[in-house]
Amino acid sequence: MTALADRPAAPTRARTPRRAPVRRLHPRVRRGLDYLLMGTVTLLFASPILYMFIGSLKPDDQVLDGLAGFVPRHLSLDNYADVFARFDDPSTGYFLDFLGTSVIVTGVVVLGGLVVNSLAAYSLARLRWRGRDAVLVLVLALAVLPFEAIAVPLFYLLNDFRNTLAVQSVPLVANAFSVFLFYSFFLKLPKEIEEAGRMDGAGPLRIFVQIIVPMSKPVFATVAILSFLTQWGMFLWPVLMVNDPAVRPLPLAISVYQGQPPFAWGDIMAFGVMMVLPMLVVFLVFQRWFVRSVATTGLKG
Amino acid sequence: MTAPAPPGAARTRPKARRQGWAGPLMALPAVAGLALFVALPFAMAIGLSLFNVRLDSFRPPDFFALEQYRRILVSPDFSGDFYRALGNNVLFAAVIVPVQTAAALALALLLNRPLRGMPVFRTFFFMPVVFPMALIATVWRLILDPGPDGMLNSVLGLATFGLFSPQDWLGDAATAMPSIMLLSLWQGVGFQMVILLAGLQGIPRQLYEAAEVDGAGRWQRFRAVTLPGLRNTLVFVALVTMILSFRLFDQVYILTRGGPDGATSTVMYLAVTTAFAESNVSRAAAMTVVLFVVVLGLTLLQRRLVTQEREIS
Repeated sequence: MTALADRPAAPTRARTPRRAPVRRLHPRVRRGLDYLLMGTVTLLFASPILYMFIGSLKPDDQVLDGLAGFVPRHLSLDNYADVFARFDDPSTGYFLDFLGTSVIVTGVVVLGGLVVNSLAAYSLARLRWRGRDAVLVLVLALAVLPFEAIAVPLFYLLNDFRNTLAVQSVPLVANAFSVFLFYSFFLKLPKEIEEAGRMDGAGPLRIFVQIIVPMSKPVFATVAILSFLTQWGMFLWPVLMVNDPAVRPLPLAISVYQGQPPFAWGDIMAFGVMMVLPMLVVFLVFQRWFVRSVATTGLKG
Repeated sequence: MTAPAPPGAARTRPKARRQGWAGPLMALPAVAGLALFVALPFAMAIGLSLFNVRLDSFRPPDFFALEQYRRILVSPDFSGDFYRALGNNVLFAAVIVPVQTAAALALALLLNRPLRGMPVFRTFFFMPVVFPMALIATVWRLILDPGPDGMLNSVLGLATFGLFSPQDWLGDAATAMPSIMLLSLWQGVGFQMVILLAGLQGIPRQLYEAAEVDGAGRWQRFRAVTLPGLRNTLVFVALVTMILSFRLFDQVYILTRGGPDGATSTVMYLAVTTAFAESNVSRAAAMTVVLFVVVLGLTLLQRRLVTQEREIS
């Protein structure tokens, strides 16, 4: 831990004063050292992920094998087939059900959330109506509530709806933090924006859909990415509400799988790869957007 | 102006009325959802904590007033577990906040240099952030495996030429929490790094040039330009990490179930087991109310620290 904290910083700081006069002489050595350092840190971050990918292709008993776990030997896709074979009966559930649950729940929360939260934010930021200010204060106050603070009463409140897809998605669609992100973006749009639409006699909904939404792509992307990240990894809520394998989302399914002996580590790693692969593809394609979303939300505070 | 007024007015009046309804209607779905699934449960958290509601009992609940709070905060039967859990949250925050923030700053500084391939490095540093914690905990179970073939054990064994004896990282009370911290740091540091990197890029170049003209060395420039320029971002990052530390749950639930002997129990873990395994919804609600008060306090502190800085500058 401390090694991680010190290692990257120390050489850069220590090197400069000594190196300053020599800099002209060894630009190549210097660059080589830079790449060595960056490579080492990259390895620290990538190795658990690499370990998982290699492990998923190895026989179960060769995954947990010290550093040799990294050495790709006897590779095959058997583990992937095993995951489908193991999850092929109602008592253990079906892998495609886990995946389907995650896709449906995440889809409903992300897409539903984009519609519902942006509409509310637009109304609160740009329209005038009686009681708006009170509602605004209330919504913004709710944005500081962590989900953990309401998980227990929500679990009590919705106890009759356990083991449904609806209970995993519907309560999470409206999100005060998403409303807050949309709201601060809409608030900064120039006042004249809606004028043209209003002159043409368009109502607020039409102005929103035809004028505001097209110019607000960055904030829609930010909210979509953040809620996708949260929802695909959501664990606490399913732990409380789901014990039926038929509606188990992937994170809960892998936690159950890795907790039940006998441990077939190769299979478990294959499960992990299948769980993260869709997400990894989305991440690599929209990488810039992911980083920007996280950074901008951070800066806005 | 007055001439076209009658037809204009005729057209605007119904429109204004429509907009009058459109506002609340557009806000309705989200506001209703928030009222039903956030505000109501939050009010219920407070309400439930004042009773003795149990999931496994059909008896009507008694009004308990502050008894649940007295139990978790004062009574010797329950407060031990609660303070242990709260203490673990504080310990987690006390280590993770400075270490992870420093590590993130170091990484951000590394990435903020003109070197080819930086986007690739940044992608790798950031990648763990997109991994679900349940998956990360599963992979780290192998890394922290107690046998000599566990990844961490074998790496340390190799690095010390076999002098290092394998540790039961998650099974030993002394190393369980540090292990949880290690994997949390690995997962979370990229998040902070990206925010700090954005902060670094927001510091005007001219400030560095001016400092260089004044003869400031690299370390002096870091202290006089970088740190003050990042102050708000650092405060934000540190407080967000602190808030997240009080919400610690997934990795504890998956890897240690709060053990060994309560060494990794956290408020949220205790609340879930109290509500779920012991069916004691009211005591669990009281715990989450305490958790909320802590988180709210930290949020207000952050707002205050950040706005103060804005007023000064």
